[in-house]
Amino acid sequence: MAQPDVVLNPEEAGATREQELIARVQRGQNELFYELVQPYERRVYAAAMAILRNEADAEDCAQEAMLKAFANLRRFRAESRFSTWLIQITVNEALMRRRRERTVAMEGLDDRRDEETDYVPRDFADWREIPSEALERKEVRERLAQALASLDRKYREVFVLRDVEQLNIQETAEVLGISVASVKTRLLRARLMLRDLLAGGWEQGWFSRLPFAKGNKPW
Amino acid sequence: MVTGETVNCERVWREVSNYLDGDVDPTLRGAMEEHFRTCKRCTSVLEGMRNVIRLYGDERMMEVPAGFSRRLEKKLAQTARAGSRPWSTWSAWLVPVAALALFAGGLRLANSLTVTYPLKSEHAQLAHDIPPDMLVVVSADAKVFHAAGCSFIHNKDKTRTLTAKEAIREGYVPCLRCMRKYLQTASAERPAAGSEADADADGNQGLQGTGQ
Repeated sequence: MAQPDVVLNPEEAGATREQELIARVQRGQNELFYELVQPYERRVYAAAMAILRNEADAEDCAQEAMLKAFANLRRFRAESRFSTWLIQITVNEALMRRRRERTVAMEGLDDRRDEETDYVPRDFADWREIPSEALERKEVRERLAQALASLDRKYREVFVLRDVEQLNIQETAEVLGISVASVKTRLLRARLMLRDLLAGGWEQGWFSRLPFAKGNKPW
Repeated sequence: MVTGETVNCERVWREVSNYLDGDVDPTLRGAMEEHFRTCKRCTSVLEGMRNVIRLYGDERMMEVPAGFSRRLEKKLAQTARAGSRPWSTWSAWLVPVAALALFAGGLRLANSLTVTYPLKSEHAQLAHDIPPDMLVVVSADAKVFHAAGCSFIHNKDKTRTLTAKEAIREGYVPCLRCMRKYLQTASAERPAAGSEADADADGNQGLQGTGQ
């Protein structure tokens, strides 16, 4: 069972080093900032990508978010996780950029009613596990990324913050400025939809066509 | 675990996400586990969702474009070097203060250097004797204005006519030959300029001045 909130020992060790780095950068050792944020650069990019859905925009946004974090590090308080603080800055930056784009208005109108009706799973065949090792394959990663990108943005954003960025429910709600109840509802729907999208492919679609799916496992 | 509470499939689908997050009360959890034992459909939903969470939570799913890290590191290094950071330490203030001091010092130095060009000053001053509305000729690439017809005009095919006042405002200085009568002081003090005078007129006033 997924237990994303459990803090592991290596993380605790990392947290001590992180606190030290924060203090040193705050004292003026600017050159250590990259070392501080490097463990999170992928997460920062993923958060920007979830909102902007364009590689160039996401990279630009990620860089800008890092620079803002650098400029505001003095204001960081240890009571929140540094990673969450960084993701918060990134999401704010990405949302601000998206607001500047005219096309957003269209996407913002998506199905409000969806949250009022239950999503019913479509595929009830025995679940065939997609092993984590399959992620070594670019095709698998791309297929998963495609499935995620196909979700409406309100589901995609919650899912990415919670299940990709590993924020907890409360943090996800705070970063997006929505209620905890909304986070839970959207998360449920996102997870169910992704499950359906991937299940359909397993039996007769994308996954079974990959060479390793028929016993020829490259991992 | 027998709890007395039973749940149907629809209830399980509504709660399966919370269940995986450990966010259901013990009674409901027990009822759901009981349900999973007998319902293959809901077990498929549960396992699929768990699989989804594990796959997307994998580090390998967080791909960045090629060169992303290098570009980010470079950008941060540039910023760090430029010192654009919160002014959290007193030493950080030294950078702009020093820059300002250098700039101010540079201005003073530039000013002091300017007044060491006596001829330029002399020309500027003497040019006041030239009738301001007199039409004069200037040519491309030269710094001197002439009376029309002066034999020392360079680039005769690229001349334009303007008033002496305008020429002076644009930074031109009077020709030492054709404007001689207006430059009494200079002509009296200066040794008679020979054939090199036109070369002087085209840009070597500073050297001329030092010869006085």
